[in-house]
Amino acid sequence: MRDHFIYPEFEVVRNENRCIQCRVCERQCANEVHRFDPELGIMLSDETKCVDCQRCVSLCPTHALKIVKSDCRLRENANWSDETIKEIYKQANSGGVLLSSMGNPKPLPVYWDKILINASQVTNPPIDPLREPMETKVFLGKKPDRIRRDENGDLVTETTPQLELSMPVMFSAMSYGSISYNAHASLARAATELGICYNTGEGGLHEDFYVYGPNTVVQVASGRFGVHKDYLEAAAAIEIKMGQGAKPGIGGHLPGAKIVGDVSKTRMIPEGSDAISPAPHHDIYSIEDLRQLVYSLKEATEYKKPVIVKVAAVHNIAAIASGIARSGADIIAIDGFRGGTGAAPTRIRDNVGIPIELALASVDQRLRDEGIRNNVSLVVGGSVRSAADVVKAIALGADAVYVATAALLALGCHLCRTCQSGKCNWGIATQNPELVKRLNPDIGSRRLVNLMDAWRHEIKELMGGMGINSIESLRGNRLMLRGVGLTDKELEILGISHAGE
Amino acid sequence: MKRVYVNEEWCLGCHLCEYNCAYANSGLDDMVKALKGKPIFPRVHVEDDGKIHYAVSCRHCTDPMCVKSCIAGAITKVDGTVKIDRNKCVGCLTCVLVCPYGAVAAGPSGAAQKCELCLENSCGAPACVSGCPNNAIVYEER
Amino acid sequence: MAEYVIIGNGTAAVGCIEGIRSVDTDSTITVISGEKHHVYSRPLISYLLEGKTDTEKMKYRPADFYKKNKVEVIWGKAVKCDSKKQFITLDSKEKLHYDKLCLCTGSSPFVPKFEGLEKVKNKFSFMTLDDALALDKVLSKDAKVMIVGAGLIGLKCAEGIADRVGSITVCDLADRVLSSILDSECAAVMQHKLEEHGISFLLGDTAVRFDKNKAYMKNGAEVAFDILVLAVGVRAETELAVQAKCEVNRGIIADTRMQTSNANIYAAGDCAEGYDSSIGANRVLAILPNAYMQGRCAGINMAGGSDEFSNAVPMNSIGFFGLHCATAGAYPEDGEVYEEKYSEGIKRLYIKDGRLHGYMLIGNVNRAGIYTSIVREQTVFDEEDLNKLKTNPSLAIFSHETRRKKLGGVV
Repeated sequence: MRDHFIYPEFEVVRNENRCIQCRVCERQCANEVHRFDPELGIMLSDETKCVDCQRCVSLCPTHALKIVKSDCRLRENANWSDETIKEIYKQANSGGVLLSSMGNPKPLPVYWDKILINASQVTNPPIDPLREPMETKVFLGKKPDRIRRDENGDLVTETTPQLELSMPVMFSAMSYGSISYNAHASLARAATELGICYNTGEGGLHEDFYVYGPNTVVQVASGRFGVHKDYLEAAAAIEIKMGQGAKPGIGGHLPGAKIVGDVSKTRMIPEGSDAISPAPHHDIYSIEDLRQLVYSLKEATEYKKPVIVKVAAVHNIAAIASGIARSGADIIAIDGFRGGTGAAPTRIRDNVGIPIELALASVDQRLRDEGIRNNVSLVVGGSVRSAADVVKAIALGADAVYVATAALLALGCHLCRTCQSGKCNWGIATQNPELVKRLNPDIGSRRLVNLMDAWRHEIKELMGGMGINSIESLRGNRLMLRGVGLTDKELEILGISHAGE
Repeated sequence: MKRVYVNEEWCLGCHLCEYNCAYANSGLDDMVKALKGKPIFPRVHVEDDGKIHYAVSCRHCTDPMCVKSCIAGAITKVDGTVKIDRNKCVGCLTCVLVCPYGAVAAGPSGAAQKCELCLENSCGAPACVSGCPNNAIVYEER
Repeated sequence: MAEYVIIGNGTAAVGCIEGIRSVDTDSTITVISGEKHHVYSRPLISYLLEGKTDTEKMKYRPADFYKKNKVEVIWGKAVKCDSKKQFITLDSKEKLHYDKLCLCTGSSPFVPKFEGLEKVKNKFSFMTLDDALALDKVLSKDAKVMIVGAGLIGLKCAEGIADRVGSITVCDLADRVLSSILDSECAAVMQHKLEEHGISFLLGDTAVRFDKNKAYMKNGAEVAFDILVLAVGVRAETELAVQAKCEVNRGIIADTRMQTSNANIYAAGDCAEGYDSSIGANRVLAILPNAYMQGRCAGINMAGGSDEFSNAVPMNSIGFFGLHCATAGAYPEDGEVYEEKYSEGIKRLYIKDGRLHGYMLIGNVNRAGIYTSIVREQTVFDEEDLNKLKTNPSLAIFSHETRRKKLGGVV
């Protein structure tokens, strides 16, 4: 039943002088907003269905279309905003929990934008990345805390299993089911070509992608979907998902309508059944239980693969990380509150969790203070948006970063945030074969490779500017950062000085 | 020789190739001016068969039926590309009668026309290919 | 080095030359041309009168065609063929030896013995460029023209001169126009279009007697005219073949390699009676595309190559004043006849035993070639694909794999 209280959020503005009635907008809108009226001879739009995904805008050959936010607004109110009021209408209409997709859009502080990077000039020479070698390679895993020699006096170089990355970026977990087969194909191929890894998310690993195994991180989440021996064997690393930045404290949810065909087969659950991951792992009720699972996975894979534990950034994240660092995990992945999702309850996504910048700094500091920083590598995610964010994250203490939203944007996502409808016009967050077709992995993987190549070059430029020629020397190098517009407390937690100092 | 080839599994049936073709061959420099308010005559044709779509244009056959059939001798093969001499064409449409791909059609003036790879218009390379958002048609050697 | 002689200088002859040269680039080719013109295509003469083409653009091949292909053209008529000694004698008494001979003599207008025809001063056939040029000289804005014969040639002539004369009356013994290719219903649509442009018809009628400027019709009418065009029909030129003792029927009998019953003599074009796959027997298929393909097939085989033309079908594309008509194949009445009618248009498909045997399209002839090719190839389809066929000619009737070869590979 149409909710009369909610006016369409967007307006489709068509410049009739430019429209040639080619009907491409009609053919390409999965929400059926546009149609051609043969009697009137013009295109008509039904704005109630528009989600501002801009597929029509991008494809219109004469640039005749634009989508604008409707300026039909309720009376201005700084407290009861238009959006807040509409959410109440929706809940009064349906009685349901509000669902949202992608990351927290609220205007809370973005600390990356308040951190500035150093550059060398007079005392230290900067390095020119086009003329001198620079190392962006990183190894993730437990590092030895001291030098050891054998009985002959030779250096012992064996380490625990390491994950080798050509640059300190990985594609973060996005399950097959929440995103399409072609999206996974693009990520897998790009990761392989770039020499980094992508993450299966909790949807299991489709059999066609086993060939990309050496560049795959497989996830063992609370629902244990798709987890079996071959799955673990195929991977380069195994990630236990304890939590996710977008929805700390709850598990994933994929509605039964999307559990069809290969999605159902890969997850090892019947078609049409809802894939609800429980909030906790029901076999992990304490840190000792976590240790047990970490070692079970290592036993199952003969100690050949690093194990990652992924947690959401919440209060006391430092203490949590300390516990994980002592549990035998090789890598800790922390996901900040800006992290994206296919679908999450709006209130949890917007109100639960803390910024990754603060979480990262406090975890890195605590582990150093306790002398166990080398036990684990740190990987952080939750809205890493550019090469500058990557550099800042590493300087704050991360060994590498996870990106997901940025990867989806490279594939064509326009952040319309309606993934939960399953009608993604860009072929990313959908299982409808007609729509999945729109993401050609040849094009998708090329765009991902382009993005990462660009970031790699920018990272080198920023590092070179600082006079640093390897990621190793940048990691945890807080002296390279300064804050601006931050309170003393924020500066203290981040462990950086204010600009000017 | 490079030709336009179809990757059927990627065609979305959006028909952008048709509009880009009609514009590229219009001789005008503004798409709206070229295509607004008039019937268009693209040289590539998208077939929609339920959920399957693909674009059909001149294959530039090795032994073209149209060349053998044209009553005016207006169709010839030049460096592998099959071309129609519009001045010689009298619009009898025998080429339409024989093309096994349905790739030739009457143009706006009544003379026959078909894809000639945009080699001689302002585009320089097939406009259908550059306008395709999903690599469903490509211009390459095979 | 062989000696090739081609009698005729039309489309079939060009096909023959190009066929020979695709195999043998050195041997001599001599063409005996009865008309003193660079090769032109006869169907274009009506367009010449209409102003849509000129004698330069009408050339079927560029001006340097003979030189490039090392062909010697002799203007003259071949009057004798000695098939034992392999000699051709021209009207100039010149004798030419041949190793292989190709007869591309085409056809000539058939003029019935009308009583009083000799009294008509301005009478013309409508076959050759010279016919058209002669007719062109006498056309005038107030001339009354009578055309005997409402077939392809007669009607094209009418279309060509419609804007240049006062009135045109066309008569034909058949009860409909274009009787060789269309049935009554389809013919009526074409006739209507012609009538819209001021052409009147006397069908099921013939002239029993002519006066200098008048025709007396069997059904009683009297038609006054200033110009008379005779387009009753054509007869294949088989004289030389008869002399050479080749098997001749309505045309010169040729097999799928275009070879006659005499191993060194080939025939191609309107004079030949080659294999028609739509009826599974030999028939004269006087259509330009077939003439070219027959000629080329003959040429390749004459020069020692190997080619076969076994899928010839009758087919036509003809239009008057913008109304087009496309037909091909055969029309078995005992299968399924699918018909669609719309304003100024008819579509008819003849389907039997899972394949398309023939079709008639009036009005919208878009992509008819797809139908033609499956008629030619005799492709069999299942029920679902046959239904797709009925909506529109499209490649959807083929499997994904077939389409991948056709659209995704070199053809």
